[in-house]
Formats: sequence, C-alpha cells, structure tokens
Amino acid sequence: MSAKEKLLSVSNLNVAYGNINAVHGVSFDVAAGEIVALIGANGAGKSSILRSISGIIPYSGSISYKGKDLKQTAADFIVALGIAQVPEGRGIFGNLTVMENLKLATWHRQDKENIARDFDRVFTLFPRLAERKHQLGGMLSGGEQQMLAVGRALMSDADTLLLDEPSMGLSPVLVREIFRIIAEINKAGKTILLVEQNANMSLHIAQRGYVLETGRIVLSGTGQELMGNPRVKEAYLGG
Amino acid sequence: MTYILQQILNALQLGSIYALIALGYTMVYGILTMINFAHGDLFMVGAFFCFLIAVYLQLPFLPTLMLTMFGVACLGVLIERMAYKPLRAAPRVSAIITALGVGLFLENFTLALSPYPKNIPPLLADKTWMIGSVTISSLQIIIIALSVSLMLILDFIVQRTKAGMAMRAISWDKTIVPLMGVPVNKIISLTFAIGTGLGGAAGMMYGLAYPVIDPYMGIMVGWKAFISAVVGGIGNVRGAMIGGFILGTVEILVAAFFPSTYRDFVAFTLLLILLIFRPYGILGRPSPQKV
Repeated sequence: MSAKEKLLSVSNLNVAYGNINAVHGVSFDVAAGEIVALIGANGAGKSSILRSISGIIPYSGSISYKGKDLKQTAADFIVALGIAQVPEGRGIFGNLTVMENLKLATWHRQDKENIARDFDRVFTLFPRLAERKHQLGGMLSGGEQQMLAVGRALMSDADTLLLDEPSMGLSPVLVREIFRIIAEINKAGKTILLVEQNANMSLHIAQRGYVLETGRIVLSGTGQELMGNPRVKEAYLGG
Repeated sequence: MTYILQQILNALQLGSIYALIALGYTMVYGILTMINFAHGDLFMVGAFFCFLIAVYLQLPFLPTLMLTMFGVACLGVLIERMAYKPLRAAPRVSAIITALGVGLFLENFTLALSPYPKNIPPLLADKTWMIGSVTISSLQIIIIALSVSLMLILDFIVQRTKAGMAMRAISWDKTIVPLMGVPVNKIISLTFAIGTGLGGAAGMMYGLAYPVIDPYMGIMVGWKAFISAVVGGIGNVRGAMIGGFILGTVEILVAAFFPSTYRDFVAFTLLLILLIFRPYGILGRPSPQKV
C-alpha cells in the first residue's frame, strides 16, 4: 500500500447527528486503482463516511483527495474533482428519463466528444438502459435503477466511485451481476470505495477492506485476510 | 353569442395574468416545497417598477418590460438569499411565516414611498378593432400573446435545457442533486429569478390593463394565482398555466351571468369542489413514496 500513491485519504473523521455520534475518529486511505471495501452492519456509520467524502454532510477531521483538502470544497465541485457517489437507495430521479438522469451527471463537463463516447460505454455496459433510454427513471425495476445509478456515476467521468450498498434489495443473480460489473469498471481504471453489508461478495473483489462497528474501524487488511479472519467469518460471513 | 366571445377574450386576458403569477408559486414550491407568500407582493412591485420606469425613464414598451422583469428578478433572488436560504433546514412553517413577513414588508415599504394610488401612463397606442360586434384592443392581444410566449419559453427551459433538467431533479430529491455535480444554490437562485421575473411581467401587464396601482393590489391577485397553482397541481409548471386560465375563465363567466359580487364566492366554491375530487390538482401527482 505505502508504495502506491494515496488518492483519497480520510483522517480522524467524526460525524455527529445532533447528540448521536455516527463516526468516531475513522482514518483510512484509498490508493489509485484499488477497490477498498468498508463493511459493517446497518448503522455502523458506513454511509456517513461516504456522505462526508462527497461533502453533503458536516464533519470534523480531514478528508483529502489528490492532495486537496475537501472540507472547504462545495459538493458539486467535489464531483468535478473526480469523486462520484452512487448513493444508498440509488437516488434515481423518477421524474427524469433514463437519458436525462445520465445527462445530468455530465453537468460540469465541457468535453462533448468524450461525453458521447461515455454514453456509448454506459449503454454497452448496460444494454438494458439503452432499451429504456426514454422511459422515466421511476418506471425502472430495482436492478435497472442500480445500473442507471452506476451508469450515472460513470457519466460524471470521475476517477473514483463511492458505492453505497449497491447490492441492497437485489436478487442473488443481480447481486453477482452488479459485483461483476464493479470489478470490470475497476479493471477499466476506476478507483472504487465500496460500502456493503454483503461482506462476502465485497471482500471477494476488494484488494483491501475495513470493518466498521458502531462508527469505529475495528479491523483492516487485504480482502483475503479479512475473509479468513475468524471474527469477520462469524459476524459477517455467516460462520 | 358575441357577448360570450367578448367574455372569453376577457377571460384569456385575466387568465394569462393569473397563469404568469401562478408559475412563480409553483416553481418555488417545486424546488423548495415552500409557498412563497411574498410572491403576490413581488407582482405588485413589478407594477410599481413599471410605473417608475415609464414615468422617469420614459422608455418604450419592450425595454420597460425587460427592466421590470430584471428588477423584480433581482429582488426575488435577494429575498431568497437573505430571508429564505438561512431557513432552508428549518421547519417549513418558519419559512412560510418569513414569506408572509417579507410580503408585509414589501407592501408597507411601497406604502411608505407611495401613499397614494398611482396611474401607469399608457405605454402603447391603444387601438381597438371590431370583429363582428366583438371589441378587441391591442393591449388585450399583447397581454395574451406576451403571456403565452413567456409560458412557452419557460416550458422550453424546464423541459429541454440542462438547467431545467436540474430544476426537475431538485424537485424530485434535493439531497441527491449535489452528487451529480450540480450547484444546487445556483439553480435555486435561477428558479427564483425566473419565477419572480414572470411575476414582475404580470404586474406590469396588470398595471397596463387596470392602470390604477396601489401597494395592496398584490394580495387578492396573489391569492388567486396561488389557488390557480394549487388547482393545476402545485409544483407542476403546465398545471399552473392551466389553473390560471381556468380561474380567469370561471371568474369572468360568473361575473357575466350573475351579479358581479358573486364572482369570488362562486369561483372559490367551484375550486373547492374541484379539489375535493382532485386533491393534488389537475396535473399534480401524489408525493412520491420513498421506500
């Protein structure tokens, strides 16, 4: 890890909602080209970490990306810097068409030719979306919405994708499909920070992982190490 | 028959003014789920801006219209920044009470500057034509044509441009929009600018059609435009246009066939009945259920 350049670095992150502390002093790094998984149960603070990185909730501590401090950076500018998030519950705009959902994510981009190329890529990766281009986002099935959410993050041309529970609510077949696609996107050069309750699948594709419990990192290691860890096995991999 | 035709023309004129104002209510509601109760008073300010420009700068019609819209739009953005933005995370009722306060401020500020009603000088040579026995005035045609053009432009902006797409996305889920790289505050300002600018245009046209203006003229007209927006389905741009024309038509037709004192009573009764059967308005949708 230390040999590689740190792309995203979170140090001593604290997030509080009123009097409830959701994240306590969390620190971790993500290097360019990695898949890093944050695993933990519901309410462990995983989503709060991603929301802090995207700059949509207040936090203390520091987050930097490509050496730039993100705390004073507006959320829309963080996207332009290269961080896109696929939010929990997918966050599809149900009143916009599939095409419009994708187009909205190109807001900060001026490179028209590359945008056209990225549309092609997204439609090659997700042929279902090409078929449903002109349908409203709200008419899509859960799996299609998840594909649209990932496609949207790709349209923003970010180097780093933050994925918040991409497997949530999907059938086992679709879960495998979505993880296969995540690995594929990573191979194509995107850095991925993955937040999941599905520890098994995420540790399989991740180079490294962190285990969160009640807002603290309690374990870290490579995907292989964590999968072999008795504590992880018992708590997250069903024995 | 000619009587009815004449009244339909009057209804289109009044309806297009209601529709223009209703658009401001519906756009702000769509994007912030907040009723900007100062909007009727911004309409009044539009009439006064028009009066000031016409009297002191003596500009022709089109520059007067553009300056009026620009001035009211700036005021709308300023009000949003200073009075509403700090309350965005506060309970909705605080924002609504603030809006009522801003409205009272605008009324009384105007009253302090202009205690007596004013007359807007005619900006257009008033021609009238007789078609059969229906009288059409040039002012009537301009008001209807201009309102319809402004509505078509707005519809284009909302449905076909990137900024309009962002507005629609914000109305669906404001929290997700920043993750798309869209500067939400700028889009909200733009929405206020367009909505209040249209209100300013309506104020000017109302002032030209019914030339005596006073600081309280926005109250009743504002309520009626708000009701138009609700009837059409608040948050829905096309709904606000339809609602405005419905209310204008109902009012004029009631006044045409009943004593004119019945006008508001019958109009509001009809609207209440409509809302019983379509509580979300004509084009409104029930708020999306989030799972």
